[in-house]
Amino acid sequence: MELQELINSLSLEVKTPELDLHREVTGGYASDLLSDVIGNAHKGNIWVTLQVHLNIVAVASLKELAGIILVNSRNPDADTLKKANAEKIPVLTSTLPTFELVGKLYALGLRCR
Amino acid sequence: MGNGADGIFFLTGKDFNNAGTASSNLKAVLERMGIAQDIIRRTAIAAFEAEMNVVIYAVAGMMKYRVTDTEISVTVQDMGQGIPNIDLAMTEGYSTAPDHIRAMGFGSGMGLPNIKKNTDNLSVNSIVGEGTTLEFVIQIKD
Amino acid sequence: MSLDEIRDILNATVITHQASLRNSVESVYCADLMSDVLSFSDSGCLLITGLTNAQVIRTAEMAAISVIVFVQGKRPALQTIRLADEKDIPLLVTDLPMFDACGRLFEKGLRSQSASISRAPIVACHEGC
Repeated sequence: MELQELINSLSLEVKTPELDLHREVTGGYASDLLSDVIGNAHKGNIWVTLQVHLNIVAVASLKELAGIILVNSRNPDADTLKKANAEKIPVLTSTLPTFELVGKLYALGLRCR
Repeated sequence: MGNGADGIFFLTGKDFNNAGTASSNLKAVLERMGIAQDIIRRTAIAAFEAEMNVVIYAVAGMMKYRVTDTEISVTVQDMGQGIPNIDLAMTEGYSTAPDHIRAMGFGSGMGLPNIKKNTDNLSVNSIVGEGTTLEFVIQIKD
Repeated sequence: MSLDEIRDILNATVITHQASLRNSVESVYCADLMSDVLSFSDSGCLLITGLTNAQVIRTAEMAAISVIVFVQGKRPALQTIRLADEKDIPLLVTDLPMFDACGRLFEKGLRSQSASISRAPIVACHEGC
């Protein structure tokens, strides 16, 4: 599934409009612990989290994730967005809490494993 | 009700095994007094956030409480590093917590805003290098 | 939904006293940050988390959470399980990752109550609270 399709289906707000959103999403990963994501997320996963600080971009870049969705209407720091643009990691936001957003991603067919 | 209660618990910095014990004891006191569940929940959440702040950031501290017919007041006082900018600390998402605290699920900058959200009155006084005193009140409605 | 059903849906193991399984839950909250759980979860909900320290049990106690599911096969220390038993909070462990655990329960109709989230003071705080 393409990232752009997820954005349309779930009314996600795109915080990095300069980036190409036509990229393949291989599955989903939900976690607020950076070490957990480093250890267990897979390339091309869309990452659902409520962490907003700078390090999330570095983690997503390291693991070659398809993008980051911030839940509960969390707003990324300015530094985070700057780095996201530089590292080409799309950052999106949702008004939903993790449980509901993941539930909808799952219903669209995404899995962790 | 017609009768009140008061008491004090001591808090130890970095003692993560016992972090939450004071709030748990306060919750038990309120339950024994027959206070309404939602009032207990708000008090317990505010007390726990304050207790965790002491355990995370301070050397030691104490939690004093007083329950009357009309309100619950809690004072959490610590000997710690103090808060240089209280307005900033009250901003949701602002945090100075190191990574090992974040890895424990705390220090994401929600503590003080959440205490404010759950209480009817909150005052924060802090002297950098000496410590912080937090006082909050929760009204008991009939 | 009853804890029996939740256990079956998640292929989970109950690691606390069986007696507590009579509990049932109406809503779910999922997070690894306890401050977030303390801010936004509903009383009586089920908590899905990947953290297993004692503060998770304390958080559940203060926020009146009725059951905790640990994902990715993570088990808390014995002392932490004992604390949960003391507080009568059932603990379940599933090998599923957080993503799939949420997906399965959502599929079966559970939701976050989340009324509190839409009126969260995230913006309000910057406007001078």
